[in-house]
Amino acid sequence: MQQLTNKVFVAKASELPDKLGKTVQFRGMELAIFKLAGGKVKAIENRCPHKGGVLAEGMVSGEHVFCPMHDWKINISDGKVQAPDHGCVQTYQVEVEDDNIFVMLPDGQ
Amino acid sequence: MRKKKLVLIGNGMAGIHTIEEIIKQAPGQFDITVFGKEPYPNYNRIQLSKVLQGDTEIEDITLNNWEWYEENNITLYAGEAVTSINTKDQVLETDKHRELPYDHLILATGSNPFMLPLPGVEKEGVTAFRDIKDCEEMIAASSKYQKAAVIGGGLLGLEAARGLLNLGMEVDVIHIADYLMERQLDKTAGMMLQKELEEQGMNFLLEKQTASITGKDRARGLLFKDGEKIKADLVVMAVGIKPNIALAKESGIPVNRGILVNDHMKTEIKNVYAVGECAEHKGMVYGLVAPLYQQGQELAKHICGIDSEGYQGSVLATQLKVSGVDVFSTGKINEDSTTKSYKVFDEWRGIYQKVLIDDGKISGAVLFGDTKDGNRLLSLINKGAGIEEYLDGKQSKVTGSGPISEMPSDEIICGCNGVSKGTIIEAIQSQDLKTVEQVKGCTSASRSCGGCSSLVSDILEHTLGDEYHHNQQESICSCTPHTRDEVIEEIKHKGLTHTKEVMNVLGWKSEEGCSKCKPALNYYLGMLNPTEYQDEKESRFVNERLHANIQKDGTYSVVPRMYGGVTNAEELRKVANIADKCQVKLIKVTGGQRLDLLGVKKEDLPNIWSELDMPSGSAYAKGLRTVKTCVGADFCRFGTQDSIGLGVKMEKKFEGLNTPHKVKMSVSACPRNCAEGSVKDVGVVGLDGEFEIYVGGNGGTHMRKAELLAKVKTEQEVMETTAAFLQHYRENASYLERTSAWVERVGIEHVKEVLSDKNTFINLVQRMDEALSIVQEPWKEALEDGRLLRDLYQNVKVPTKSK
Repeated sequence: MQQLTNKVFVAKASELPDKLGKTVQFRGMELAIFKLAGGKVKAIENRCPHKGGVLAEGMVSGEHVFCPMHDWKINISDGKVQAPDHGCVQTYQVEVEDDNIFVMLPDGQ
Repeated sequence: MRKKKLVLIGNGMAGIHTIEEIIKQAPGQFDITVFGKEPYPNYNRIQLSKVLQGDTEIEDITLNNWEWYEENNITLYAGEAVTSINTKDQVLETDKHRELPYDHLILATGSNPFMLPLPGVEKEGVTAFRDIKDCEEMIAASSKYQKAAVIGGGLLGLEAARGLLNLGMEVDVIHIADYLMERQLDKTAGMMLQKELEEQGMNFLLEKQTASITGKDRARGLLFKDGEKIKADLVVMAVGIKPNIALAKESGIPVNRGILVNDHMKTEIKNVYAVGECAEHKGMVYGLVAPLYQQGQELAKHICGIDSEGYQGSVLATQLKVSGVDVFSTGKINEDSTTKSYKVFDEWRGIYQKVLIDDGKISGAVLFGDTKDGNRLLSLINKGAGIEEYLDGKQSKVTGSGPISEMPSDEIICGCNGVSKGTIIEAIQSQDLKTVEQVKGCTSASRSCGGCSSLVSDILEHTLGDEYHHNQQESICSCTPHTRDEVIEEIKHKGLTHTKEVMNVLGWKSEEGCSKCKPALNYYLGMLNPTEYQDEKESRFVNERLHANIQKDGTYSVVPRMYGGVTNAEELRKVANIADKCQVKLIKVTGGQRLDLLGVKKEDLPNIWSELDMPSGSAYAKGLRTVKTCVGADFCRFGTQDSIGLGVKMEKKFEGLNTPHKVKMSVSACPRNCAEGSVKDVGVVGLDGEFEIYVGGNGGTHMRKAELLAKVKTEQEVMETTAAFLQHYRENASYLERTSAWVERVGIEHVKEVLSDKNTFINLVQRMDEALSIVQEPWKEALEDGRLLRDLYQNVKVPTKSK
């Protein structure tokens, strides 16, 4: 099954804080986008599968974010919760063109 | 192939543990459905007393949240009861007229509280203590009524009574025997327990039998058989439980006291199993978690077709969960004509230990006051050990051959997360684990309440032998083998200047550390080099990064500083106006004598700070929180010193300081110590003509009474001694180590000795001044820095224009 996606402009890379997350609100959904140490930008759902913690405020280490609520460790690239906990969060594809960051988001009905 | 349908009746600990084991053994092989009477996912019933005692919230005792059921494709019907089972056609029916066929059926219906059939038992205000609903009823009653009676002086009754005391009620405990917990304790221990609980405020009526519950619609009191009466607006019945076997019985599944099962937890009906409190195995019905988990594991193996010898019954051990009381008992409790005993009775320190011996073998034990040997005795009994082994072990304990080797591999070490000794050892061996921290990370053992961390440490020692040293300092986290002291040495030696550099130079295993080491390194670097170190926002936990406290729903709370807990009409008016304007959801008076404005959105934080125009109260900081004060000499007829004045001075001096963990202080103006200096990190008590300074107190997780550090004559000396003490703590404690833990570890005498050296003292005070010299008011700093405001406080809102 093919999912229709929208390429949505969210921010300029130069305006994102380093090694921190940013909350992005779009059509009632919330994303957490992260500018990692090397400058790579990633986007995931802003909701920890444990108790709904806001991941955008988590501490970022390498490719992982630690949920600020109960310290669950989540891989920002594939969305997988790290052991000993389990679960996963939705990840979104990011495209960077020059300084512009676009996120591929599901098409709203 | 069609998946086999597995149905579980009873959404409690025993049943769900069985399901977890089945999923572990045979992932995806079964189509699983669970029915539960209560409208909640599986929660930790053992911890209900903690909910009642106010230590924890209902949500925190949830063991498997809704998502867990979803992720594992388990259909959960919560709040739906199974009404009949047709074991011939293997179909069951529910009270919502649902019909469901099964291939395997597990009954885990638990038990019901036993309600004495007294006249008046149906009245309002009479409850059992068994589930969340009961807890809620008791909590609700405590806000309206004052007097409670608990019928039953056993384990459950005492836990309920302690909870009601915490809720502010007066509690009478009525018990039929002549001493408490007579099924688990002997008379000596029972009396010691009673004395201890009386000191906590419980009142006992022993050898009393209730005749009826008095009152009209609601309970108003109890009438006893001897004609005596007491008042009670809440009556909690805690006289025991009985297995819930009604459904099994009606469906023709053979029962006695419980549902009859064999070693594989099979009932006498094909494809029907029973596990937990409702099951009767070899004449025994168990009501404690460890045996229930063992049963669950055996049943899971059987259902998944794994060979095993099955469940062999358990020796029971009991531990009372009432704060401040350590009680343990296992096996046989009272001597008979052939029993010999080994006893230790230290009335002075309140310690009593009795080990019973039959034919040279340990047959039971009762421990009071010091229960460290409990688990060891239990495993000795389980393997049929002689008394010599226990006594030898007692002497050679220092050498290490402790109780671990005697423990069966499936013994649960971490009750919170159900982690067994075998699982921990396997993880240590297969993943090359070396520290408690690593075991915690891989297995979840000791991750919840932390009560078993010393056992985990023992298992590490047992498994690794000489490689593991008990008293070795733990490494900072699993990213590095280096300890705190080593890291600090290296930072000083090599002049390291930021966290990433420390990680690179010292060969961190992960490139950018984790949520443990990043903030720790950030603190150590700042402590060692206050004037030059650039604090790293990204190495701070969200609260300290945003200077507000994050709440469960992602909103924040704002606590402005009110020095010494003093405010005025103008300030209060301002707070009130802002609360209206910003639609603050809740205003709460905090324990630290100030106001907390809750439910503020992140984007609104700068706004509210700007309107308040007050300094941050640092209610989120690993630093000085508040200085609590009593009214003092200006108004109080007992006050001997200006406690408010001194408290305000101290708060102004130390505000904004970074410390290893939070620091709470207080100043009282007389020995009544109304500002509660005995449970503060620094508690100053003013006397006529002098001040006492107490340190290392804690009123939270690890209750500890502060110890006297010094007596001084002037306010100036109070300030300096506090500065020297805090600086010594800053330089020597591990990150996240409270003064209570640190003083306990190094000893108050050691701290006194360090501070008694004049030069050391002066240098500490100077270094404190240096640390304080860089402090900035964080709210103002954010308001004046546009980039900070954008980076940290603003969300991106993507406009919803279409394509």
